[in-house]
Amino acid sequence: MTETLIFIVAGTLAATVPLLFAALGELVAEKSGMLNLGVEGMMATGAAAGFVAAVVTGSHTLGFLAGAVTACLLSCVYAILTTIFLANQVASGLAVGVLGLGVSAAIGKNYEGTTVDPLAELNLGPLSDIPVIGEALFEHDIMVYLAIVAAIIVWYVLQRTKLGLIIRAVGESPSSAHALGYPVTLVRGACVLFGGAMAGIGGAYLSTAYTPLWAEGMVAGRGWIVVALIVFGSWMVHRVALGAYLFGAVSLLELSIQGLGLDIPSQILSASPYIITIIVLAVISRNPALILLNSPVSLGQTFKASN
Amino acid sequence: MTPLLKLTGMTKVYPSVIANDGIDLEVHPGQIHAVLGENGAGKSTLMKIIYGVAEPDSGTIEWQGTPVTIRNPAHARSLGIGMVFQHFSLFETLTVAENIALAVEGSVADLTKRIEAAADRYGLDVRADARVKALSVGERQRVEILRCILQDPKLIIMDEPTSVLSPQSIAQLFETLKALAAEGYGILFISHKLDEIRALCDTATVLRHGKVTGRVDPREETSRSLARMMIGRDLPQARHGAVDTVGEERLGLFGLDFTPEDPFAVALKDVSMEVRAGEIVGIAGVSGNGQDALTRLISGEERLDAAQSEWVQIDREPVGHLGPARRRRLGLHFVPEERLGRGAVPAHTLSENALLTGHGSGLSKRGFLNFGAMKRFAGSTIDDFDVRCGGSASAAQSLSGGNLQKYIVGREIALKPKVLLISQPTWGVDVGAAAVIRQRLIDLRDEGVAVLVVSEELEELFEIADRLHVMFRGRLSPSVRTAQTDIEHIGLAMTGDFDHMSVEEPVPATADEAGAPGVVGAHG
Repeated sequence: MTETLIFIVAGTLAATVPLLFAALGELVAEKSGMLNLGVEGMMATGAAAGFVAAVVTGSHTLGFLAGAVTACLLSCVYAILTTIFLANQVASGLAVGVLGLGVSAAIGKNYEGTTVDPLAELNLGPLSDIPVIGEALFEHDIMVYLAIVAAIIVWYVLQRTKLGLIIRAVGESPSSAHALGYPVTLVRGACVLFGGAMAGIGGAYLSTAYTPLWAEGMVAGRGWIVVALIVFGSWMVHRVALGAYLFGAVSLLELSIQGLGLDIPSQILSASPYIITIIVLAVISRNPALILLNSPVSLGQTFKASN
Repeated sequence: MTPLLKLTGMTKVYPSVIANDGIDLEVHPGQIHAVLGENGAGKSTLMKIIYGVAEPDSGTIEWQGTPVTIRNPAHARSLGIGMVFQHFSLFETLTVAENIALAVEGSVADLTKRIEAAADRYGLDVRADARVKALSVGERQRVEILRCILQDPKLIIMDEPTSVLSPQSIAQLFETLKALAAEGYGILFISHKLDEIRALCDTATVLRHGKVTGRVDPREETSRSLARMMIGRDLPQARHGAVDTVGEERLGLFGLDFTPEDPFAVALKDVSMEVRAGEIVGIAGVSGNGQDALTRLISGEERLDAAQSEWVQIDREPVGHLGPARRRRLGLHFVPEERLGRGAVPAHTLSENALLTGHGSGLSKRGFLNFGAMKRFAGSTIDDFDVRCGGSASAAQSLSGGNLQKYIVGREIALKPKVLLISQPTWGVDVGAAAVIRQRLIDLRDEGVAVLVVSEELEELFEIADRLHVMFRGRLSPSVRTAQTDIEHIGLAMTGDFDHMSVEEPVPATADEAGAPGVVGAHG
């Protein structure tokens, strides 16, 4: 029993890292009014580029950097299409997503089947030695903790700083923000690039730490889960993070149950993380006032400065 | 003394119209200077030039004695020119302090203190941590004014600030503006409401067709003389027919309760009223008190469950569960306050827009459009209401607000309604067109139509309505005969006091004729 519990908690923390990084990035982009549906493709590109860089250089840090930069470049395509050429955000996001999946396959083609050493666990000294808790919570690589730190920083910046205020203002009414003299296109573009970089880091974690190998299609729909998490988490950092961890936990729980050999159809078990996460988030988010106050009003709308 | 702002020979030409034609204007510190004119007289263009939004074709601007070119609004603000907009530019999901922090240097915490201090000093009662979405229109305007003051301007431009306020809020606003002027701020007050300008301003520049037609001290003028300068002639007085020709109940609401989906919208509580054939009933109240839900429930845009269908009745038939088309067939027609997008399709031509509500009246046959009939229908409405446009093939969005409103009102009237519901009939409509629309509503009443008018403009309601209700926070007051009340009493009811709606003393005989005592202005 304890074994299972440790397996689930420890597994959840690791399984959530890619989701949480990508979700935080997409959340910031959406808060500025940019609906980038290419998360899946950006994560895949980050995973492929991160893996190749880690194999070639032997450095995980450079792997994450490469993943972030490549996915960021991809999001650049989306940003240019939507803010400069005023293309439809939904169509551009889908196109960039598909492009990203193709790019990832091309980058990773010659590395399929190779492996890298997984990211080293941090040595947290006495914390890691605590029985059960130490094993569940304190024997992880640094990204598990950085994901949590990133969530706190994103929350703080969005809710407590002028920068966050500007992002939220741009997301509600780009034209009013423009009238006040804020560079709407620049803010939105920067938020999209941040989203790309974070998705790339999430993807790179998948291929260099979580399952240290590259296989085409390994992102396996996580990018879409991220998009759903943000909507069902009502664009609030803590709810989105909660949703990400819940999804991770149910995925692990499902694996354990399958291991127990219970007589539940495997299709239901495989679908359970999606179903349970959406039900829970939908139930806690049914307060319409909260949704109204937190959803970015201009989400999906292109903006052109005019006088 | 050097004027704060001096405009000389300001001229701006647009492709089809000379918006400003050699306008001179001086504003001094401590002065409340009115710029008076109809819609389309060139007021907005002039303000856009001063605020750096539009570039003049010729003329010079001097700011505190130095010639300047104002490049953009940010430049205007840095010079010390602040503007309070007619249409609010606040972010609804943010708090008051956050909104102000976007425009003023300083942290949210620091600004909260400054907001409270300024709010105290100028009587602008508003909470810094409140979300704008939850604020009333009057409160939002106070936020705009606070935001403007905290940017430390020397000149404040107020663009039609009273159009959305209750009489009591207007009085409060005037106190604030007078306090600001006393401290040396210069104020440019844009308006077309003559009595307000006479009560508040010490100088007035009157514009007509882009030219200055008067430069006066409004305290020494009458509303009539100002109106002459503004429109170049006397306004026709609205004529009422006989009072007691009221007939059958046409529209009835019985204990209507309704909670809109939007959690910030006002819920309706036990709303009951009736409109009879041959009368105009007015609903006064500051917008945002439930008028939107009420008009949607009457028009059929918002439907009730079948079990509640008796709450709305046309000719004593329960219709609460019916949609707008079914109600239109029963004779209820509706003119909404949004002309573009609700009353008309912006990109469609006027004759195509005739179809929106007229498709059941011979404009189409077996699903095919009858273009000839559409064109004739649109053409006769255009002639009938003197709609200035390029003919029935012009797009709705190419018309000015006043002309499109005349077209939409004309369209509904031509469809021979039994009940006409009209919301904000003269919003953003110039004085001349407003007079035409009001007279048509009165004519309609005299022909035996039941007319329900929802309006924020009290002068308008006093001019045309036989009875008045007031809406406040989702409740509807009992009705009072217009002749038995006055602006003060209705104003009190607009803040929730429904118990004292009529004037206690017997009404003087002279006030019985048209409108009510105490009503002055271009419309009155």
